[in-house]
Amino acid sequence: MSLLNESEYLITEKDIDPTFKEEIMANGSDSLAVCYQCGTCSGACPSGRRTPYMIRRLVRKALMGMKEDVISDDALWMCTTCYECQERCPRDIKIVEIVKAIRNVAAHEGYMAKAHKMTGSYVAKTGHAVPINDATKALRKEIGLSEVPPTTHACPGALEEVQTLIKATAFDELIGYDWATGNLKE
Amino acid sequence: MAYAYFLGCIMNNRYPGIEKSTRVLMDKLGVELADMEGASCCPAPGVFGSFDKETWATIAARNITIAEDMGAEILTECNGCFGSLHEANDLLKEDADMKCKVNSSLSEIGREFKGSTGVRHFAEVLYNDIGLDKLSEIMEKDLNLNVAVHYGCHFLKPSDELQIDNPKNPKILDELVEITGAKSVPYADKMMCCGAGGGLRARDKEVTTSFTKEKLDNMTAANVDAIIDVCPFCHMQFDVGQTEVNEQYGTNFAIPVLHLAQLYGLAMGLSPEECTLDKQVVDPSCLVEKMNTPKEEAAEE
Repeated sequence: MSLLNESEYLITEKDIDPTFKEEIMANGSDSLAVCYQCGTCSGACPSGRRTPYMIRRLVRKALMGMKEDVISDDALWMCTTCYECQERCPRDIKIVEIVKAIRNVAAHEGYMAKAHKMTGSYVAKTGHAVPINDATKALRKEIGLSEVPPTTHACPGALEEVQTLIKATAFDELIGYDWATGNLKE
Repeated sequence: MAYAYFLGCIMNNRYPGIEKSTRVLMDKLGVELADMEGASCCPAPGVFGSFDKETWATIAARNITIAEDMGAEILTECNGCFGSLHEANDLLKEDADMKCKVNSSLSEIGREFKGSTGVRHFAEVLYNDIGLDKLSEIMEKDLNLNVAVHYGCHFLKPSDELQIDNPKNPKILDELVEITGAKSVPYADKMMCCGAGGGLRARDKEVTTSFTKEKLDNMTAANVDAIIDVCPFCHMQFDVGQTEVNEQYGTNFAIPVLHLAQLYGLAMGLSPEECTLDKQVVDPSCLVEKMNTPKEEAAEE
């Protein structure tokens, strides 16, 4: 039996979305195109030392248009955006912008962690990713600060502004936010 | 000199001693911190920036318009907020299409991004606008401490855009720390990330914790009395995360964590309670005891 085109490891046209590269370049950085796969990025990456995250491979796959492969990979979310790869890249590729652009596609295709949606929901509900609590209110008062900081927490009109923007950009639909309950729908 | 004081989330809503110390410090320096009434989350780059660039830029732009209306530059003492707001400000000044989309949404709330202000980090403002000499004058104590300075990632990087200091071998924070008498001790992989950023802490805490463990191992090998940071998110990661490291690895790390503002608070004579160090997860008592011992005596020991 011939092994011609038999291996599951072969990358073929069915794995390629020809528009993906352009999308990442438009929303991330044009510099994606000039990667010559030296691997300096992977050598610099603290996440790559402890997880299956391989930034050189991710950049190559993005350049090849392997959309489904990269957006469905959990390792995509192992980047802490520490910029060590970008600082060392001899081609000045804006690698972190590329990672974020790929994550944007992944998020819009449904690959979002519940915990991340929750963080988004706190901003929709309060204006803050980490909202105030009773213990901190008491502590603020104790040390002579305003009990509630002068942010959306102290200004309902400001919170409404943030909520209007979240609706305008459809971020509420993206994370599945339920305005009636102040929680995620799922 | 007045700055639009951007609070963010973690400092004001979890570690108010950082805010208190900063307000006292700036008051002594004669620098006005004007509150940005109604500001929100920056928003968090790891979630908003990773999920939807336009939403991220729009919420950041709203915050920036508050400072534009005040006619002041933004000052923030969180690396995450600094990274997010600085990047969004630059993006919207350069990318006409994104600016158009963002302003279309902002028009619904009667705002417009004009691109008329800048975004600054607290530590960089202290170093460049105030200067070490003036800062030294208001320090009342000579702290006997050996500390591990943690720069974090978004204070200096991406360095081609921020241009604050050499990201591989910076000096700015070490110099800012050492005017208090504390000694910045070198340690392995000092510039490494704490592990919390990019949404990783929420997504996979065990991986984040492994980053923090590596940092704590290296700091411990350097025999430090405290960790000094300039980011409330790194701060929380080292404070809360230290317990998580101990649980995950069976270790017993207990290194007190101070934001640069809190270190200045102690050096200016504020109590540990006013800096809310007593309410942090890691007990600060060994630090407080050590910092007040005379240096000669410590050397004799």
